[in-house]
Amino acid sequence: MTTTTSKIIDPIHAINWNRVEDPKDAEVWDRLTSNFWLPEKVPLSNDIQSWAQLNDDEKRMTTRVLTGLTLLDSIQGTRGAVSLIPDVLTMHEEAVLSNLVFMEQVHAKSYSSIFSTLLSTAEIDEAFAWSVDNEPLQRKARTIVDHYEGDDPQKRKIASVMLESFLFYSGFYAPMYWSSRAQLTNTADLIRLIIRDEAIHGYYIGYKYQRNLENDSPERREELKNYTFELLQDLFDIEESYTRDLYDPLGLTEDVMAFLRYNANKTLMNLGYEALFPSEMVRVNPAILAALTPNSDENHDFFSGSGSSYVIGKAVETEDEDWDF
Amino acid sequence: MQTSASLIYFSSVSNYTHRFVEKLKLPEGQTARLPLRTNEETLSAEEPFVLMLPTYGANGGKGSVPKQVIKFLNVESNRNLLRGVIGSGNTNFHDSYCIAGDIVAQKCAVPHLYRFELMGTEDDVSKVHKGLEEFWKQQSSLLTV
Repeated sequence: MTTTTSKIIDPIHAINWNRVEDPKDAEVWDRLTSNFWLPEKVPLSNDIQSWAQLNDDEKRMTTRVLTGLTLLDSIQGTRGAVSLIPDVLTMHEEAVLSNLVFMEQVHAKSYSSIFSTLLSTAEIDEAFAWSVDNEPLQRKARTIVDHYEGDDPQKRKIASVMLESFLFYSGFYAPMYWSSRAQLTNTADLIRLIIRDEAIHGYYIGYKYQRNLENDSPERREELKNYTFELLQDLFDIEESYTRDLYDPLGLTEDVMAFLRYNANKTLMNLGYEALFPSEMVRVNPAILAALTPNSDENHDFFSGSGSSYVIGKAVETEDEDWDF
Repeated sequence: MQTSASLIYFSSVSNYTHRFVEKLKLPEGQTARLPLRTNEETLSAEEPFVLMLPTYGANGGKGSVPKQVIKFLNVESNRNLLRGVIGSGNTNFHDSYCIAGDIVAQKCAVPHLYRFELMGTEDDVSKVHKGLEEFWKQQSSLLTV
């Protein structure tokens, strides 16, 4: 009789960070962990005085915007990134996604920190009740959740990138607007930390989407591309109604729409597609762009600014060891 | 490996910068990509060039310049032929937008010529195409003076 060695059909593997198949996993892990932050590090209470100066319309818009953002981060933290885990290409991708899930919960909790600093309990409850009743907000949340519960792993990634890189921005506009007017600047600092994280999330999930596309047939690739543009169009229409609800009372809707188109273009790029809206449609208000990125204006570029007035940076003596940043 | 390319760039496996360079449609031999892995031999430039490099995140600049770029610029002859920098990145990174380009430009005392996001828009492509053409014209007129 021969000895039978029990062969394990489906072994369970331990994650080995000393053998990383996709260098992007390790790179993004490092980036995310070095960016780690908690809302407690931002002195939100310094905004109390500034908040008191806003009128009722301004307060209402801001509160609702933050509630809408909380809803999106709740979805991403409890369902979004989690729904991507079963389809990972590498074990390291699972680890990165777990980090992402956790940070989304940090984001969601951060909005609560802003609320508890600036608002009364009654006002907070009113805002959360609004988020349940607002039709465009519920429609966009439902659209994304349906994708996460759907059976197409690539479409889940598309929805996830749409959320990370596009749907947040009707909300992110408001704190950038206040920051550009030297109001609620600590809130804006906190939101900037979230904006920084979401850029890496959208980039990473979009990158994994593209890696998966490499194994897809040309027909399937075409299908997914069309699907992406259709979904963006649907979400864009919802965002327009949402933006009108929030910003019409303050006359800011057109300004927000340019910011949305600008971010819609970046969303498509994160998924590997060319931008959709031409440059004349994505001219973001320079004050908003400056709040998002100081020094992003054209004067800081040699090609697009007036080249003659450009001053070359002071020479720094370069030694080889200097390059070890 | 030696190269006489006038545009040398780094692009990670995500290929965004690579795709931007493809869209420029420069003649073959005019562009060269730095090796992906740091243990590979880096390029050796033979002609003046512009360096294009991405910034992947924001952490006050620390660790922003890709190691492959550092290895390339640590070769003095490469550094001496560097004439300008083009950065790519994401405005979400606040004051670290394209900071790797700023760092290299400052350290090597060359201009940061242009910045664009992710794989760049059509507008970025035409601005860089035209900008590079004029930049090299300017450079050669400087030499003949």
